[in-house]
Amino acid sequence: MKSEAPLKEKKEKKMKLSLPAEELMHSGNLACQGCGAGLAMRYVLKALGQKTALCIPACCWSVIDGPFPYSTLDVPIFHCAFETAAASAAGLKAGLEMVGDTETTVVAWAGDGGTFDIGIQALSGAAERNDDILYICYDNEAYMNTGIQRSSATPYGAWTTTTPVKHFKNRPKKDIDAIMAAHRIPYQATASIGYPEDLYKKAKKAKDVKGTRFLHIYAPCPTGWKARPEDTVKFARMVVQNCIFPLYEVEFGEKYTLNIKPREKKPVDEYLRLQGRFHHLKEDHIKIMQEEVDRAWERLLRRAEAQ
Amino acid sequence: MKQKKKGEKIIFETEKDVPLMPMSVGSMLFNKTGAWRNIRPEINLAECIQCGICWKFCPDVAIAIENEFPVIDYDYCKGCGICAEECPTKCIAMVEERK
Amino acid sequence: MKKVIMGNHALSWGAQLGRAQVIAAYPITPQTQVVELLSEMCASGALDAKFIKVESEHSAMAACIGASLAGARTFTATSAQGLTLMHELLHWASGGRNPVVMGNINRAMAPGWSIWTDQNDSLSQRDTGWIQFYCSSNQEVLDTVIQAFRVSEALLIPSMVILDAFALSHTYEVVDIPDQDKVDSYLPPFNPPLRLTPSDPHAFGGLTSPEHYFELRYKLQKDMEKVPALIEETGREYERMFGRYLGQVEDYRCEDADIILISSGTAGYTARVAVDELRQEGIKAGNLRIKVFRPFPFEKVRQILARAKKVAVVDRNISYGHHGIFFQEVKSALYGYDHNLPIFGFITGLGGRDVTPATFREIAHHALAEDKAAEDIIWVGVKR
Repeated sequence: MKSEAPLKEKKEKKMKLSLPAEELMHSGNLACQGCGAGLAMRYVLKALGQKTALCIPACCWSVIDGPFPYSTLDVPIFHCAFETAAASAAGLKAGLEMVGDTETTVVAWAGDGGTFDIGIQALSGAAERNDDILYICYDNEAYMNTGIQRSSATPYGAWTTTTPVKHFKNRPKKDIDAIMAAHRIPYQATASIGYPEDLYKKAKKAKDVKGTRFLHIYAPCPTGWKARPEDTVKFARMVVQNCIFPLYEVEFGEKYTLNIKPREKKPVDEYLRLQGRFHHLKEDHIKIMQEEVDRAWERLLRRAEAQ
Repeated sequence: MKQKKKGEKIIFETEKDVPLMPMSVGSMLFNKTGAWRNIRPEINLAECIQCGICWKFCPDVAIAIENEFPVIDYDYCKGCGICAEECPTKCIAMVEERK
Repeated sequence: MKKVIMGNHALSWGAQLGRAQVIAAYPITPQTQVVELLSEMCASGALDAKFIKVESEHSAMAACIGASLAGARTFTATSAQGLTLMHELLHWASGGRNPVVMGNINRAMAPGWSIWTDQNDSLSQRDTGWIQFYCSSNQEVLDTVIQAFRVSEALLIPSMVILDAFALSHTYEVVDIPDQDKVDSYLPPFNPPLRLTPSDPHAFGGLTSPEHYFELRYKLQKDMEKVPALIEETGREYERMFGRYLGQVEDYRCEDADIILISSGTAGYTARVAVDELRQEGIKAGNLRIKVFRPFPFEKVRQILARAKKVAVVDRNISYGHHGIFFQEVKSALYGYDHNLPIFGFITGLGGRDVTPATFREIAHHALAEDKAAEDIIWVGVKR
């Protein structure tokens, strides 16, 4: 069943795509409607190519890929234990090299829970050793696969099932990028599915770096954020425009490069109002959030300028 | 256009058919997620400016490019509405799914 | 080549001769010498392997599983707290059919902190689907590691080679270290039929519904059931090439025994001394030393105990709320075979409390003095 083919009268314009056409991810997967994590994987695989091996710990993608005996992706996957993404990837990379495959890019593909919380020990260990893995965290800001429980990536003010309205999360989002910078790994970057070309470029760049690389991808979740599925990409754009999630790169924990400096920094409340998880917030809370975003943004500007 | 990959439902009759390790042997393409939809996107090709944005932002890889225009694969489209939302000329309408 | 080496180093030598390709390990007393020597072996080039100095035992096993999935031969070593930290992943290695070989130094579980030997750490992993070898000499340790690679890789089931803390790990003994060439002809490179590679992409370990899980685990058990025969077969081959036979059990003077002691680990060798002393006293004693605990050697145990008059199982472990673990398993092996055989269950030596020939003589005398066991646990050596 397909939509109608175009009329011949239309101008013979060649379509120019901003990303390679080849797909290593396919339809039929189990992602929710409008899933940001789905888009993240699609873009990253375009950048990394087929000679890629994924280590996926417990997270949405453990399910999205499809149950045994099926898979959605054209690359091999090691579904690994929750805490072990970075360690499993390090072992897989070492094993592949010892059997003669030095080309395959080994990727740890984990959610925020498996990165910021339960997986942080393995990640820190791998980063400290500078194991040759590309660690990618797709961040939907809670334990979504298990039904929307809070993680340390959940932002201040957000509702989750374990931070109900009367007890909403009153701790700031853990700054995983600062933690990774402290490990002085050769390359790390933040990215957003709202800026696919930027994400693609960063994944491609990371692919060619040796040592531990870290990509932190903002991947909105309409189900968990109580938002409309069609707004996923919009959120991923707004979050860069209001500087809640700036796009930048860091090399060796020292050299900061800001990728997008919004001409006009948008206020955070436009973004917050569109998501059910923030509906309970009062003016005071939003003020706190705005101040924190402003502070963090100034800090980042200073770091980037100090180059 | 590349040959479209296919997927089939897999049945194991006995344990002898089951792989030794818990390992995938088939594609999820057998799973027609189009059945999830309540609303469907319809592209007005007359207004389409061939920017590629709808193709780019489909989380289900359900929009292909054929003869320089986007074509929706309704077998898999989940009706999320991102394509309609992101289309710069608003030439994609989300309409109630036909029964 | 004969060398005087400690038990821990026998593990390292086994891994080197076995040409382990990826080692991921974390230090813990009393295992540290295993990884220290392996580090030197890798650094000097004597062992061509990648050594990942992981930040915990949990990550050690995760890394080994990843490497094994890629088709590399993997080795690690740990003890007690480290082994139990790996517990989740022990299930993972067996269920995922990754033939990791691991050395485990039997050390008592905390609290309170103990670095001395008992068997609870490894025995509490008995349901995880790993082959378990219990060694009593450093020679056995080295020989077992090599054979473990062979058996594990043939059936895609991981194994652990177990030795007592200090009593064996730090004890120096003469070990005949085989030639690398000979080991190479005994142990071919790891060549799994299924592996993770982009050239043939699969997803390993995905969500498995009730429709499929049962068959996968059925297959694991069916392959476990092939282990005893394979241990015997590869063991005989090893004997032909290297002059030493391991097997699943050691029968020491059991043939005409009135009382058979059942033991394992270093206590298993101590028992032999006691057997000789008892024989001097005129008591027909024998010792059945269990060397492979998983899969449990049902056939051998039934065979050797067929003519026994009394059995005294000596456990250096306990399953709280039940009895000694070897005791339970021996009894269950004999169920339906010999209802009249009196089996006594002794528990001794927990937390490294010394087990001497005198301990075994006391045990034998106790069992001989009663027609059948008055209690399911007879404690030996507890200050009461």
